[in-house]
Amino acid sequence: MAKITMREAISQALMEEMDRDPSVFIIGEEVGVWGGTYAVTKGFYDKYGPERVKDTPIAENAIIGAAIGAAMTGQHPVAELMTINFAFSAMDYIVNQAPKLHYMFGGQFQVPLVIRAVGGGGRQLGATHSQTPDAIFAHFPGLKVVSPGTPADAKGLLKTAIRLKDPILFIEHATMYQVRGDVPDGEYLIPIGESKVQREGKDATIVTYCKGLELSMKAAEELSKEGIEVEIVDLRTLRPLDMGPVLESFKKTNRAVVVEEGWKSYGVGAEVASRIYEQAFDYVDAPIIRVAQKEVPLPYNRTLEQAALPQPPDIVAAVKEVLK
Amino acid sequence: MAETISMPKLGFDMAEGTLVRWVKNEGENVNKGDVLAEIETDKATVEVESSASGVVKKLLVEAGSVVPIGDPIAIVGSPDEKIDEAPTKPVEPKAEKKTEETKGEELKTEPEKPREEKPVPPPSGQPTPAHAPAPFGQATAPVQEGPVKASPLAKKIARDNKVDLARLQGTGPGGRVVRKDVEAALSAGPSKVEGRPSVPIPSVVPVSHEDETIQLTKLRQVIARRMTESKTSVPHFYVTHEYKMDALMAMRKQINDYLPENEKLSVNDFIIKAVALTLREFPNLNASFAGDKVVRHGAVNVGVAVAVEGGLLTVVNRNTDQQPLRAISADVKRMIAGAREGKVRPNDIEGSTFSISNMGMYDVENFFAIINPPEAAILAVGSAREVPVVENGELKVGWRMKATISVDHRVSDGVEGARFMQKLAEFLENPVRMLV
Repeated sequence: MAKITMREAISQALMEEMDRDPSVFIIGEEVGVWGGTYAVTKGFYDKYGPERVKDTPIAENAIIGAAIGAAMTGQHPVAELMTINFAFSAMDYIVNQAPKLHYMFGGQFQVPLVIRAVGGGGRQLGATHSQTPDAIFAHFPGLKVVSPGTPADAKGLLKTAIRLKDPILFIEHATMYQVRGDVPDGEYLIPIGESKVQREGKDATIVTYCKGLELSMKAAEELSKEGIEVEIVDLRTLRPLDMGPVLESFKKTNRAVVVEEGWKSYGVGAEVASRIYEQAFDYVDAPIIRVAQKEVPLPYNRTLEQAALPQPPDIVAAVKEVLK
Repeated sequence: MAETISMPKLGFDMAEGTLVRWVKNEGENVNKGDVLAEIETDKATVEVESSASGVVKKLLVEAGSVVPIGDPIAIVGSPDEKIDEAPTKPVEPKAEKKTEETKGEELKTEPEKPREEKPVPPPSGQPTPAHAPAPFGQATAPVQEGPVKASPLAKKIARDNKVDLARLQGTGPGGRVVRKDVEAALSAGPSKVEGRPSVPIPSVVPVSHEDETIQLTKLRQVIARRMTESKTSVPHFYVTHEYKMDALMAMRKQINDYLPENEKLSVNDFIIKAVALTLREFPNLNASFAGDKVVRHGAVNVGVAVAVEGGLLTVVNRNTDQQPLRAISADVKRMIAGAREGKVRPNDIEGSTFSISNMGMYDVENFFAIINPPEAAILAVGSAREVPVVENGELKVGWRMKATISVDHRVSDGVEGARFMQKLAEFLENPVRMLV
């Protein structure tokens, strides 16, 4: 078991899949010669050449549109969006075309497309480049939305995503490429649509994913010093949403905090909390609390940006509140 | 040791009582068993005795207040005793809980304020002005208004283990009962949570009432004689029918919108007219038994029973079947007013061939009237009310009214009574037929 970064894990996944299947190719802005904005595809251009590592103009609708066409005709494109905020420029392709083609054309076409998108705030990129709009994409049936919180999960999930025949939005967090974690040696796959307990505990359940996992782990350490042991369930996939481990944990602790980096209104936390109320009502011992981003466009100013983003102390406070 | 006197439970379904009057005032000596106050329940006014001897230290509710059972109303203690505002030894469990809650609040030392807005109990030792019982009322009110505040999990555990949540003191935010509260109660053993402690039965000194003899009035004597005669010599049978009154109620409203206040039609006016029209088709019920024959009356004169001081009279509308509704209404109104003022003309109360007794205004579902001799039948009418009805397999709200005809079995039989009631429905349920 090697300890590697999220960047390395994603890079390994891409490379392993490109080696395995010649129909897998990468398309996006600065993915080739430059090696990727976050250096994920560094060396790929030299190894696979311009045929399989395609630099594009700054035109997200063209990137996704071309990738959809390629996917429909038998290729396995991995399209990269420099930031998920640019997905809005390609919104029609992402939510209106890719997830619906298989359905609307009587199963004649499949769209084996992976869109890698970099999301999240915390890097002082301003209000338009720092968003966490995951919930928007998870709203659409037909589009799978994956967002890992550890290098091991990132690798296993991305490899699975590339092999599936469905359009998948794979959301990585801009501040997590340097996060290190144990990654199994050799090839492995992790099924999409399975939540996972990342930390065991008995007092309260934290449900989270992606960046929220990192924050929750820090909060859990603080809480542990006070004798509070939280269980952390990592959703890993937002659609399809696997409530199994969440409910199992909740039935044990009866109290939950949902942590997400996106805004609270209409968010992932709302969805999870609602499903807990629906499916485990008789196990609810306290109202579920959501920890999320403040309801403002994310500020550029570093102090304000950090204040607007959810932080470990917010999670600690929420857990204590839910345990009252 | 001071003792708290609580609002006693004086009847199975009593939930609260009105403290009508304080018999003892603050500072007065009181012996165990002395009357402290008068309390009015929905059934009677009763006296509440002190369950302790000493001095009335504090009256906790104002005269005239409505107090839930079990809530403290007064504190009795020794003359030199210092009394906490909070009731110290309540009789009822609800009050007990509240006491704990009050204590809990006082003990709370964390600087952090609870988020919920709670009624703040008056500070200890500060007298509560008698004219401002509100703070105390809040502090001593039953623990919850409406449902018990408990988490779904606490509710489920309580349900599974038959724990009465209302008896638990919640430790969650805002007093919410949470899992550990129910579990604590469960581990404390069943006696703590099953059933409620018995409420002492307050001893009530019966107020003695003398027997009274009332001389029968003339009217009462007549009623006594005629009703006895009827019920002992006339074999009654009864047929009840329920009428759909929606159309009639709607039409009445429509008509009344055009009529001045003193000319508005009553439901009974319609019934009178409908009965008269029906009787025209059932001459055998517009009749009198006469030994070896039955006299079928030519005229349909409908009698209407009118309650008057000390009894009742039957006023008679003549040739009712031939009169328009408004004429019937005006005539009956005039006669009823006269009867109530004791100014009836003999003509107004004689010659009826069939009677109607309508108790609809007294919220009566249905009743049976005694035939007014020598008539052959009488119709007893209940209230028209909005009730759930099933029509074509669907549940709806509809106006319904029950009526029961009492018939002289010597003259007629059940089937004729039933047919009469069906025929009557044709008019009551299609009221426009009374107008054409």
